[in-house]
Amino acid sequence: MFKILTKKVLNHQVKLMEIQAPLIAKKAEPGQFIILRVDENGERIPLTIAAFDREKGTVTIIFQEVGMTTKLLGSLNEGDFILDFVGPLGVPTHLDGYKNVAVIGGGLGSAIAYPQAKKLFASGAKVDSILGFRNKDMIILEDEIKKVSTNVFITTDDGSNGCKGFVSDILKQRLEEEKYDLVIAIGPLMMMKVICDITRPLGIKTIVSMNPIMIDGTGMCGGCRVTVDGETKFACVDGPDFDGHLVDFESAMNRQKMYREEEAVSSDHKCRIGLGGNQRG
Amino acid sequence: MANMCPTKTPIPEQQPEVRNKNFEEVCLGYTPEQAIEEAKRCLNCKNMPCISGCPVNVKIPEFINLIAEGEFEKAYLKITETNSLPAVCGRVCPQESQCEGKCVRGIKGESVAIGKLERFAADYYRNNCTPEPFKVEPNGKKVAVIGSGPASLSCGGDLAKKGYSVTVFEAFHTPGGVLMYGIPEFRLPKDIVKNEIDNLKSLGVDIELNMVIGKILSVDELLENGYDAVFIGTGAGLPKFMQIEGEDLNGVYSANEFLTRINLMKAYKFPETDTPVKVGKNVAVVGGGNVAMDAARCAKRLGAENVYIVYRRGEAEMPARAEEIHHAKEEGIIFKNLTNPVRILGNNGWVEGMECIEMVLGDADSSGRRRPIVKEGSQHIIDVETVIMAIGQSPNPLIRNTTDGLDVESWGGIITDSETGATSKPGVYAGGDAVTGAATVILAMGAGKKAAKAIDEYLMN
Repeated sequence: MFKILTKKVLNHQVKLMEIQAPLIAKKAEPGQFIILRVDENGERIPLTIAAFDREKGTVTIIFQEVGMTTKLLGSLNEGDFILDFVGPLGVPTHLDGYKNVAVIGGGLGSAIAYPQAKKLFASGAKVDSILGFRNKDMIILEDEIKKVSTNVFITTDDGSNGCKGFVSDILKQRLEEEKYDLVIAIGPLMMMKVICDITRPLGIKTIVSMNPIMIDGTGMCGGCRVTVDGETKFACVDGPDFDGHLVDFESAMNRQKMYREEEAVSSDHKCRIGLGGNQRG
Repeated sequence: MANMCPTKTPIPEQQPEVRNKNFEEVCLGYTPEQAIEEAKRCLNCKNMPCISGCPVNVKIPEFINLIAEGEFEKAYLKITETNSLPAVCGRVCPQESQCEGKCVRGIKGESVAIGKLERFAADYYRNNCTPEPFKVEPNGKKVAVIGSGPASLSCGGDLAKKGYSVTVFEAFHTPGGVLMYGIPEFRLPKDIVKNEIDNLKSLGVDIELNMVIGKILSVDELLENGYDAVFIGTGAGLPKFMQIEGEDLNGVYSANEFLTRINLMKAYKFPETDTPVKVGKNVAVVGGGNVAMDAARCAKRLGAENVYIVYRRGEAEMPARAEEIHHAKEEGIIFKNLTNPVRILGNNGWVEGMECIEMVLGDADSSGRRRPIVKEGSQHIIDVETVIMAIGQSPNPLIRNTTDGLDVESWGGIITDSETGATSKPGVYAGGDAVTGAATVILAMGAGKKAAKAIDEYLMN
């Protein structure tokens, strides 16, 4: 059982939880993830580690309430427990030696990009953080990311924060004057694909973080397979970071649809039985 | 007077048309009367060929004799002198190629139903007897066991009985390894596995769940943190794919994923449980081992109309237990032997068929099985929405990639001394599928026992 020490609402869909998990906190590195299961009938879902505090023994997760399990998780409160919490899984992002980096986060991806920006900035790199959200109410982690970035650019799809457009638009502008030696792009598959299409002809190394369907997170199920440079890779053990220029995004987008119908059935089932606290059917 | 009936005493089973719609156990087990009748078929041969066929040398004629005398509890205790998991082995061992394959009664008729009798004794004991409380003086030494499948359960159990303080580290949220995530309920009820885990706990073994060794702690850290020895029993969990076109389509599963969703995550109860599984109306399972049979029979139980086993060799070459092939056929699984997939066809990202070719058998290969050769011009398409790849698993790389000084084979198996399970790293032992590649429960259990003995000798000297 893993205790929820703090819970913060970052926007109406996104929540932050600090979980007591000292052994995981001791080993965690940017780019790694955990797998959790909320309760006995729950499914196992992967969530990227948004922050960790080795001294306090805590791991922070930030999640968007999009499906059944994230909604159930979001209904828990400080002092409650998560049944299973496994990690740190996956290969840490390779960040050594980069001096001028654009860290791009789309929506919730900003939370996953945050530890990368933090580590790069602490190592003395110049970090331009480019974050995109649907509207100004959805903006998260603005203050935190400002503290670990040389420049921060925040854009919204509807322009409600005064800057209308996509992260790709900002990147294109920046590339007119900047020579990045690394671009890290984390967000929806379509966003990562568009970023890779921009950086590929310029030959700028681009790391993306994949978040496919997963069960065990140790290489056992093969559900998280991603086609990279024509080869089948498992995101859980070979990733979740990959060279974005080699990822087959079309295939990844298709695989995301695998359980769309079942997700609706599951959410509907939980609605009918009443998703209050831990009440289960 | 021996029972000279040439065939085994029939054992009650659920009818095929009933059981292929539920997940309850297929075989219902002998009644005491039936068990005694079957036990009397044993001729008590002087040279006991059956024992030589058993990887852990269970004293077969002795326990069968005890059953014949109605001494069921004693029969169980006789088995456990060498086998720590009789309820499991009685159900999943390939007896026809082990003990029963050597049985003299099998020459002119059917062998004694040794497996079914083993299972009877174990079930009788579990339902009717109370284990003696176990007391042993702790010897002050600590051993870490990685994984909680059959190799680890037997290794950990044996060490605990000798007074070691044993901690089992399991990556999943439930202990039992392949016995829990791999083998379905209808072949090995999970209550039986839980009972074995409880037995281990009653010996004082501590089980730490959600611990992926190689990530949260390394083998070296275990040794530095006070463990005097480490046993690696992490199995062969990495699924193989065929590397053919279309394997990334939606509707293609590894058997591992399909079975884990069903067995461990209980997807057959979805949406009461949260993990879904997509079965489809027409399902092809590629492979001819027990895992393939398990996946096919699960698919049938979850409502698939046509379930095919697609296997590139013939039935005689199938690695699955004869009983599983027999049960699968009874349940309506369609066997397409001498057939090999070439590519998986998709429509809009989803599987809609599988192109196959027919094979013919040529000369024997290095495994002694006849090599399949492509039959020219035999391409054809099977209409399926789901393809399950059950073509084998290899050892998980997490431990070998994070442990300096641990020698492994090119295909990933950990190299050990075959008598002791000792690896190239002092104080570190290994056994089961992590060493041999995917094999059987009984071999894993035997390896765990050998390693326990060797660890004891290592730490006591």
